[in-house]
Amino acid sequence: MKLNTLTAHEILDLYHQNKTTAKDVFSSVNQQIEKADKDVRAYIRLSQKTIDYKNISQKDFPIPIAIKDNMCMLEEETTCASKILTGFRSPYDATVIEKLKKSGAMIIGNTNMDEFAFGSSTENSYYGPTHNPWNLHCVPGGSSGGSAAAVAAHEAIWAIGSDTGGSIRQPASFCGVVGLKPTYGRVSRYGLIAFASSLDQIGPITKDVRDAAILLNIIAGYDPKDSTSADLPVPDYTKSLFNNVKGLKIGIPKEYFIAGMDSEVKNAIMEAICVLKNFGAEFSDISLPHTEYAVATYYIVATAEASSNLARYDGVQYGLRKIPEQKRKSAIVDMYEETRDTGFGDEPKRRIMLGTYSLSSGYYDAYYLRGLKVRTLIKKDFDQAFGQVDAIITPTAPTTAFKIGEKTADPLSMYLSDIYTISANLSGIPAISIPCGFSKDNLPIGLQIMAKPFDEETLFRIAYTYEQNTDWHKKQVGV
Amino acid sequence: MITPDDVRKVASLARIYLREEEVRHLTKDLEKILDYIGKLEKLNIADIEPTSHVLPLKNVYREDRLQEPLSQKEALQLAVEKHAGCFKVPKVIE
Repeated sequence: MKLNTLTAHEILDLYHQNKTTAKDVFSSVNQQIEKADKDVRAYIRLSQKTIDYKNISQKDFPIPIAIKDNMCMLEEETTCASKILTGFRSPYDATVIEKLKKSGAMIIGNTNMDEFAFGSSTENSYYGPTHNPWNLHCVPGGSSGGSAAAVAAHEAIWAIGSDTGGSIRQPASFCGVVGLKPTYGRVSRYGLIAFASSLDQIGPITKDVRDAAILLNIIAGYDPKDSTSADLPVPDYTKSLFNNVKGLKIGIPKEYFIAGMDSEVKNAIMEAICVLKNFGAEFSDISLPHTEYAVATYYIVATAEASSNLARYDGVQYGLRKIPEQKRKSAIVDMYEETRDTGFGDEPKRRIMLGTYSLSSGYYDAYYLRGLKVRTLIKKDFDQAFGQVDAIITPTAPTTAFKIGEKTADPLSMYLSDIYTISANLSGIPAISIPCGFSKDNLPIGLQIMAKPFDEETLFRIAYTYEQNTDWHKKQVGV
Repeated sequence: MITPDDVRKVASLARIYLREEEVRHLTKDLEKILDYIGKLEKLNIADIEPTSHVLPLKNVYREDRLQEPLSQKEALQLAVEKHAGCFKVPKVIE
């Protein structure tokens, strides 16, 4: 048994039995990176720090972990997969990184992503695309595609991603791994390079549900450095891993099962529902009437926040600075404009433009304010649904992984691949994606479970019960 | 309907220099996206409060206690150009 193919909790068991060491586990992961990453390209760069194995072995969780390239790590390069942040070395650790380091995590390196997390395929990276380990011609999903691909290809034991509109769950679905977006406020965003501050949330990408619970235990909690983190007690999530869903009420929203949805995806979800029924879950049909407006609302809210957050990349304090050869406006404005033209790729430009447009005078009421009001309607749909049910089940994505290049020419069709995940961010609720089958082309299918705010425990209970009684998560990729 | 002139104006607000080819592409892309977003006009939003944030938070205060800030040296470490303990930029007033 290769160590790198194990889950974190299996490795922790081996440590307790003195059957392996942190050094052996790390070296087994490194060997796999050497073998597979030239094809998968999950990592942008590997950490240059030497690991103090003696010290690490005394800690609780000495597990190799991959980090999405948008979390600040002291003295190491973090770029958001953008040219504009080339050479950026943070003078501090993100809170999540600080917590991981304290737990004994061995940081492998930074994983690839869509530039500034703008995308659903990891193709919008300055460093080139990541390939899906199940089929190298396909995308791994995005924007945390590198993290999901690294876990699926056993180039990491587990990983950290961030999710603004599905960026943990959709790549987890495409790569056949577990991905959790916690409730907004559950995990500190301090040191996460901001995309849309009212939607962003950090979460685990793992090989199974137990690992997701352990990793959330490590990273969750209130942080005075993030004023939007919730000052609420954090339960021990491993205690909600019951193999039993008796009496739990689960809703199936009719708006998510529409004509034209991929039949293999639909069948896999229907079979998953049968499995959970057999273990005592009570299903009912529910309605989330504003579902069809979620993507439009998201692309107003998220781009408006992004255009404001990305204003800081101006060539003044860090990162790239470019000055045009010929004077156009004034020395300082030319510097801003040239830096941002050269440093940002096409998708960041498109989103900054869309966000600036909807915030600009004359359009604010028609777009931004209207978007915020529709967000209220979407959130109310969930409030009402959770009056009747404990959780909601849907597909994570409308299709399995698509081909590299298939959607790059049409931004709108790319945006629509997040149709099932976006609402959880707009309403702030937790949601998890777990493997629930494979297409005839051997590509993974993901099941999404959503729950009430701060009720990750119900997510874990349902996901764990499903996983304990199916074998999808055990299927191994061949890279 | 968004015109190339609108795109140029927004680019200027966003401080992004666009070549003519980019203006053409972005006009087309934005028009398509705005057209899709236009579906929100179908909804009656009278009397609906906007949601800019999902948590019921208001005036979050921190303890009024002095903490060690980043040193000037650390803050300037990544500066492209610096001078006398400051970030140096091209002329602001000409």
